[in-house]
Amino acid sequence: MYELIISTLAATVRLTTPLLLACLAGLYSERSGVFDIGLEGKMLFAAFGAAAISVVTGNAWLGLLGGIGISMIMSVIHAIASITLRGNQVISGVAINFLAQGLTAVLGLAWFHLGGHTPTVPDSGRFTPIIWPYADQIATVPIIGPIYSVLLSGQNILVYIAFLAVPVTYWVLYRTRFGLRLRAVGENPKAVDTAGISVTLLRYRALLITGFLCGIAGAYFSIAQNNAFVNNMTAGKGYIALAALIFAKWRPVPAMFATLLFGFLDALQIRLQGVPLPIINVAVPVQFIQALPYILTCVLLAGFIGKAVGPKAGGIPYSKER
Amino acid sequence: MSARRPLPRWADVALLPVLNLVLALIVSGIVIALIGQNPFDAIRIMTVGAFGNLEGIGFTLYFATDFIFAGLAVAVAAQGGLFNIGAEGQAYLAGLGAIAVGLALDHTSWLLVLPLAIIASGIIGGLWALIPGYLQAKRGSHVVITTIMFNFIASAIMVYLLNYVLKPKGVQEPSSANVVDAGKIPQLRTWFHQFGGAPLNMTIIFAVLAVIFVYVLVWRTKFGFALRTMGHNPAASLYAGISNSRTIMTVMFISGALAGMMAVNEVLGEQARVVIDFTSGFGFVGVAVALMGRNHPFGVALAAVLFGALYQGGIELQFEMPAITRDMIVVIQALVIMFTGAMEGLLRPGLENAFMVFGPKQKAEAAARETVSTEG
Repeated sequence: MYELIISTLAATVRLTTPLLLACLAGLYSERSGVFDIGLEGKMLFAAFGAAAISVVTGNAWLGLLGGIGISMIMSVIHAIASITLRGNQVISGVAINFLAQGLTAVLGLAWFHLGGHTPTVPDSGRFTPIIWPYADQIATVPIIGPIYSVLLSGQNILVYIAFLAVPVTYWVLYRTRFGLRLRAVGENPKAVDTAGISVTLLRYRALLITGFLCGIAGAYFSIAQNNAFVNNMTAGKGYIALAALIFAKWRPVPAMFATLLFGFLDALQIRLQGVPLPIINVAVPVQFIQALPYILTCVLLAGFIGKAVGPKAGGIPYSKER
Repeated sequence: MSARRPLPRWADVALLPVLNLVLALIVSGIVIALIGQNPFDAIRIMTVGAFGNLEGIGFTLYFATDFIFAGLAVAVAAQGGLFNIGAEGQAYLAGLGAIAVGLALDHTSWLLVLPLAIIASGIIGGLWALIPGYLQAKRGSHVVITTIMFNFIASAIMVYLLNYVLKPKGVQEPSSANVVDAGKIPQLRTWFHQFGGAPLNMTIIFAVLAVIFVYVLVWRTKFGFALRTMGHNPAASLYAGISNSRTIMTVMFISGALAGMMAVNEVLGEQARVVIDFTSGFGFVGVAVALMGRNHPFGVALAAVLFGALYQGGIELQFEMPAITRDMIVVIQALVIMFTGAMEGLLRPGLENAFMVFGPKQKAEAAARETVSTEG
């Protein structure tokens, strides 16, 4: 039983990683006052880019770089549309999601002729699990053994990066000048502008960070968790990340817990396929657990359990008045 | 430089969308060229495939039927400043209404089934959109986010129902029972064999009626006035004594109902049963259609035919150019959304300048202004 719990938690951590990265990505963008529905699309682009480059070069780091690159390009497009051209941020995000869905499939078929998949990424092109020292020996120790050898050890480097990104984001957001300005520009861009700081530049920087983190999240799908790109492999995870961001009320540490919760629900859902629950002895439909993150988010948004209020300037393009 | 004048109405309504569409097509053409195909051949194949014969036209209009409903759903909400991105989920769930009527009344006549199925699916779609509407109106949750969430919830509900409740015994794949005989909406090809295999069916009549309905609703009724006022300035409508929350809930119900009606075309008009993801993302096409059609019902109808042609042409393209998949349509769709929706500001300033320079009236006025400023 204990081992089952630990292995479920290990699965939770693996499933949480891309959610967490995407959620933090969205945090930078939305804290700066730019809605980002396009997390999903950026991740999908990155998953494709990372797999394509890893297949060709056989180097995981180059693959990661490729994924980050394409995701950041998409972020710049989003920024041009929503900051420079003052377009509708939601519509721009929707467009990027469709573009990702279509273009990855079209290019995948054209380049690799495998019905839209990439070929299998060689092991050198993947981020493989890192086994911590003495993992095998410690595994036999009761209680902490499994925690060390199954939960902490044996994850790939992107998992550690994702969880490390939480304190880093916290520090950036609350302890640096950039973070202070970022939070200010999402609440009251006029005040920031009056202080002589460029709203445009700040928002562009925030969106570049968003693209960067989404790139890592996307690469995780295709060259860490799996070993190829498959059509639409992000499967709505970008929207779950968005839900988690609301759930966390746009704060980094709660973002980690929210994504862990949603990751746990995902792991549970996989484990519970058709298995009756021990106490009430009925099989909970997995669809219910799948829908739970969305239901919880709506309930929270409605203010029935606490109230989630986003950055005040979110979604509104900033224009100087003459 | 003095402030730009707004575009003349015809340029705003027709010229700018067409230019944006051309821009989207140029970028799509570049993508096609990048994968080593000839974009001009592609356009020719798509046009011939969509309009070349009655079968092609039948398919185009069949898709257009879906897109009219979805586009109107997005457009009518947009008139009130609301972005209903949940047409997909509303239509998906509304399939339940369509199939219920179809299965229950399959021994009567399609003349009875069609209107009742429209009503039933409309009510289910409407109610599904009413919840986000209520949450927006009364609890202040952003309708964009909640409708996205509701798409996923609808999908989970449908997968559950199709797997465990609606699936007849002895059937392997998750689907509802098949509708037979009078439960099906007749396709035009049963009377006119020239339509070949095209699934165009009588549901299109209701799509046309819906276009007229939305036009009358938005521009000829008190509710429509309240809706447009709220869309332009929610504070103004509030001061005018209009209940915004009531307007929001009503329009979300109507929007969801329109999206829901799409299910009739798919479920009873073509597939004769409910299957997983029978809406195949068409609800999202509604976003592109509404943007392209400037949220005006007639524009939506035109844009729906255009997108119907894109989808039908895309199928032909897949046959003729195996290197290109149907996903190319999604790319074009994305670019249309990007250029007509989000990057609208890309061409507008240039166009406004062009009109300032080349428009005779504007030129005269500008000259007059110049003189005044130099004199003053």
